[in-house]
Amino acid sequence: MTDKHTDGTGGQVEVAGRDSQVGVASAQADPVPDPGLPPHDPRPTDIDEGLEKRAERQVAGMFGLATLLILLSCVAYLFVDIHGTFLNFNASNFAIGTTLGLGLLLIGMAAVQWAKKLMADHEIIEDRHPVASSPEDTATVLSAVKLGAQESGFGRRKMIRNSLFGALGALGLPAVLFLGDLGPLPGNLPSRTIWRRGMRVVNDVTGEPIRPADMSIGQLVNAEPDVLVENEEFDSPGEHNLEGTALLNAKAKAAVILVRMQPRDITAYPTRTNWGIDGILCYSKICTHVGCPISLWEQTTHHLLCPCHQSTFDLANNGEVVFGPAARSLPQLPLALDAEGFIIAMSDFHEPVGPSFWERGGEEDVSP
Amino acid sequence: MSQPSTSPPKFTGPAKWFDDRLGLGTLGKKQLRKVFPDHWSFMLGEIALWSFIVILLSGVFLSFWFKPSMAEVEYMGSYAQLRGMHMSEAYASTLELSFDIRGGLLMRQIHHWSALLFIAAMFAHMMRVLFTGAHRKPREINYIIGALLLVLGILEGFAGYSLPDDLLSGTGLRIAEGLIKSIPVLGTYLSFWVFGGEFPGNDFVSRLYIVHVLLVPGLILALIAAHMLLLVYHKHTQYPGPGRTNQNVVGYPLLPVYMAKAGGFFFIVFGVTALMGAMMQINPVWKYGPYNPAEVTAGSQPDWYMGIAEGALRIMPGWETELFGYTLSWNVLIPGVVLPGVLFGAVIMFPFLENWVTGDKRDHHLLERPRNAPTRTAIIVTLMTIYGLLWIGGGNDIIAEQFSLDLNAITIVLRVLVFVGPVIAFIVTKRICLALQRADREKVLHGRETGVIMRLPDGEYIEKHAPLAQGQMWRLTAHERREVLADPATEDVNGVVNPGTRKQRLRARMSRFWFGDDVPKPTRRELEEAHAHADGHGEHGGHEVEGAHGEEPHELEPRH
Amino acid sequence: MRFLSTRRRHPLAGLVVVLLGLLMAGGLYAVAAPKSPAQADTAQQDLIEEGRQLFLVGCASCHGKNAEGLKTKAGNILGPSLVGVGAAAVDFQVGTGRMPMVQTGAQAPRKDPVYTDAQIEALSAYVAALSPGPAVPSEEDYNAEGIEGEELVRGGELWRTNCTACHNFNASGGALPHGKYAPSLEGVSDKHMYEAMLTGPQAMPVFSDETLSPEDKKQIIAYVDSLHETPDYGGLSLGYLGPVSEGLFVWLVGMGVLVGFAVWIGTSGVRSKK
Repeated sequence: MTDKHTDGTGGQVEVAGRDSQVGVASAQADPVPDPGLPPHDPRPTDIDEGLEKRAERQVAGMFGLATLLILLSCVAYLFVDIHGTFLNFNASNFAIGTTLGLGLLLIGMAAVQWAKKLMADHEIIEDRHPVASSPEDTATVLSAVKLGAQESGFGRRKMIRNSLFGALGALGLPAVLFLGDLGPLPGNLPSRTIWRRGMRVVNDVTGEPIRPADMSIGQLVNAEPDVLVENEEFDSPGEHNLEGTALLNAKAKAAVILVRMQPRDITAYPTRTNWGIDGILCYSKICTHVGCPISLWEQTTHHLLCPCHQSTFDLANNGEVVFGPAARSLPQLPLALDAEGFIIAMSDFHEPVGPSFWERGGEEDVSP
Repeated sequence: MSQPSTSPPKFTGPAKWFDDRLGLGTLGKKQLRKVFPDHWSFMLGEIALWSFIVILLSGVFLSFWFKPSMAEVEYMGSYAQLRGMHMSEAYASTLELSFDIRGGLLMRQIHHWSALLFIAAMFAHMMRVLFTGAHRKPREINYIIGALLLVLGILEGFAGYSLPDDLLSGTGLRIAEGLIKSIPVLGTYLSFWVFGGEFPGNDFVSRLYIVHVLLVPGLILALIAAHMLLLVYHKHTQYPGPGRTNQNVVGYPLLPVYMAKAGGFFFIVFGVTALMGAMMQINPVWKYGPYNPAEVTAGSQPDWYMGIAEGALRIMPGWETELFGYTLSWNVLIPGVVLPGVLFGAVIMFPFLENWVTGDKRDHHLLERPRNAPTRTAIIVTLMTIYGLLWIGGGNDIIAEQFSLDLNAITIVLRVLVFVGPVIAFIVTKRICLALQRADREKVLHGRETGVIMRLPDGEYIEKHAPLAQGQMWRLTAHERREVLADPATEDVNGVVNPGTRKQRLRARMSRFWFGDDVPKPTRRELEEAHAHADGHGEHGGHEVEGAHGEEPHELEPRH
Repeated sequence: MRFLSTRRRHPLAGLVVVLLGLLMAGGLYAVAAPKSPAQADTAQQDLIEEGRQLFLVGCASCHGKNAEGLKTKAGNILGPSLVGVGAAAVDFQVGTGRMPMVQTGAQAPRKDPVYTDAQIEALSAYVAALSPGPAVPSEEDYNAEGIEGEELVRGGELWRTNCTACHNFNASGGALPHGKYAPSLEGVSDKHMYEAMLTGPQAMPVFSDETLSPEDKKQIIAYVDSLHETPDYGGLSLGYLGPVSEGLFVWLVGMGVLVGFAVWIGTSGVRSKK
């Protein structure tokens, strides 16, 4: 960032020193001279013994009170019920915190008061020294460096030098590569969810499957594929529901919402006319912006709002974005009915759900 | 150690034992009486330092009980609304800390409040440094260390925010995952590496834990040490005033005054954060519930220091490009990755950019009042305006709800304001600075307004002005005014074309932009003339009034 | 849905409504002698007629004389049709003071109800008589008292899955597009919460009994009640708005107080002139 040759006057700039005036000039002489440090005036506590004694009592009193409060905080720790309440707060937290906090505060205030009122308050002056090293030091260092370079032959023996650089440079590779097992390679994992043809769309938490008749106009159901939610009544015997990390990972992509609108309000893409059932449509619950779960559905406008960044999607119009930072429509899950009349998925989503990523490809890349 | 004063005092006992091994005497010789200038604005960095100590202390306490594991457990603690639920050990142990460990909730809250305070104080400190020109030579490196500390502090805070594995922290991580994924080419791979596979996976709590308790705090401590060493080496800056020059530093010694003041301030910071922890609830994790990727809550926001990235994400239009089958998400990449990088880059480069414009190679130990560097002040206010607007954007839903405003309207207005606001801020700030310069000049030339109105015999009303004390006058005129660089000659006397013309012309133009509007400070002659003029009026004693020469040292101290 | 609703419209259900209404009337419309089932039908007819009269005075200007809904000249909906919304919707809208609206706006706010409980009952009966819809729930449907343990925890799960996205984790409310909002549930009665889920007032979606059973709803209500009864363990709650208010307070209180102390430390107090 130094810019040694291009100052306006063409002059060579000195490396350091406060008298280099290139490009800068004190334009005017100062109108008034520096009057110098004002004379020292004593404080009231310096000249009035009564005030001094009072300040002393103040400081000692604060330290004393601090001791008391700190001991009180120990009492609070030992004897205040951790499950009790006080003023609708947790009693233990409040009691320990206020006593300890005030105690600490008083120690600090006492120390400051001591410094302000009683300690000698003569301002002292310290001279500055140039930050840069002296010319002698510079010369010594430079000759040492030169000597070192000579004695080692660092500059002369280019082969050694370059091979050293090569070896050290090679070390960078394992430093990165050995982190390789931090995670698996993505493969096409991000593009797929657990949804498969015939999987029932069930209520989240309760696991109840859903019949179209269960949903009235304006209804919202937060739903999951049936393998993710336990339900004693409907889980087939021996059915293996996912658990733990596998469950959370699957949920993070497979969560959906079911909504029901007046069929006449819906304008489906031609390819999607058979994706709904009597105005019941199913969309991914994962925002296409950065992946928050969205379920703020306004039944009056058919808009779905993301609470994180306010992307708004029109569920009556194929999940297209009507507002906010999301760029892509909300993926829609094609629906059908099974033999018992419950709502099932016709396939996985036809595109990756959730936020965009480099390899996600075009809209129809992932075959059903 | 009371000794007869005939011979110089010597180390005895343990002091001698240590001095024999460490050379403490030489070490303490200068530093014990190191000078600290008195000013509140020099203590902003101290708030950051002390709150960091509080974070370390409370964090150690928390680490005794917190279990950085995502293994699924059934919660059996005393919070009834979650008892029996399956959750990660991390979340369960956070609940245990909050409800079943005495002092645990207090330490959690102290830890969180002081973390927010740590970063807030670093920000305020950095603003003070920039506004007063303390980033100038020779302190550029220390400024960069400070900027790195700020970034590390933010990283550290975000890692901590993510550890309890509650609904809010999980939502934050999910957004972070979205940001990582938006990085071209490598995004998906990076996200799989960070999370050990797909989000949320099984690893992030233990990984972020070691980042949070070892890696980043270690770096922060090392950088704080470097920051302090450089502070000692460079010595403090100081505000201009009588007797305070570029060659000295005036103030109170470390021992005893600043030992008491700074040490006392540590206890004050600790006390205030403890009181906040006792009386103000922060991050009630029990109400958020364990993380579940199918759940979200209204009011999902990051802690305040991530607010600008959040705001930028919210107000960005939904732009995305598809290139040869690959996706580039500008709507995430720009606000989430590019903008923070650019803003931080601008902040780090600021001292060097400014220096290139001013061409100033001198050491500066005397601070400038913000008004005396109008362009710099205006640029900082401009950056702050961008920051503030994006910050508002990050809370647009809360603002809409609390003040009954239209959420969409706020977003759209911000989209415009984020471009218009900074321009207005720049112009207004610069004008205000120049006006203040003019006011200073007036005050020096004609004295301060007393508010006393007099009627002259001919019927004219005048306001009596009282001259300033010399100390005050010095304070208002001690700064330097610099001249604008001249346009370079296109060819020299021999007709040789100057090869660097274009660059030099740009620099001259920048210099004009930087200094061109400054109000000249009064010269000695102008001052004498003005006083002579005032004496002409001075039938009523002129400025020999009301003991105006009395020093009121703090009345004119800069307050920025 | 229809099957259930019609069953609910069974004469006995009407009786329940009447008895409930009388209970809540709290003496205003107290009738000393309990009515026999034979009298219920006439009483119901009287109630509906009374409701119609109230409707014509207070509601018809927006909703139309026969509750068929009205549009403005510009084609916007002035008041939607109330045919088929059911008694529960009327009980919720009028009982929470949302209806009648004082002025048109993005959303009708909650306020003190204009009508007495008995009048609300009459209005509900009138609208319910237009066409079947969800009936006012009985107390045993919504009374969440005594729900604890596992059921309460499950209520929390249902709450976080279905409700927090709009209403916030502590039911403090949240913003919706264009000036609309999900209101805070502080102080909302169990009955009104139940009715809101059942009928989906304004922008809120419907959570019908078939997908979110009365038992589920009751558990959610119990959890929301518990949220408001839980102490603010950590101290002042700062509104339960999440990190935004925490950030505000760290600057205002934390930095404010500490900068105050810094000013105290950094100024050398009074000097003596001597």
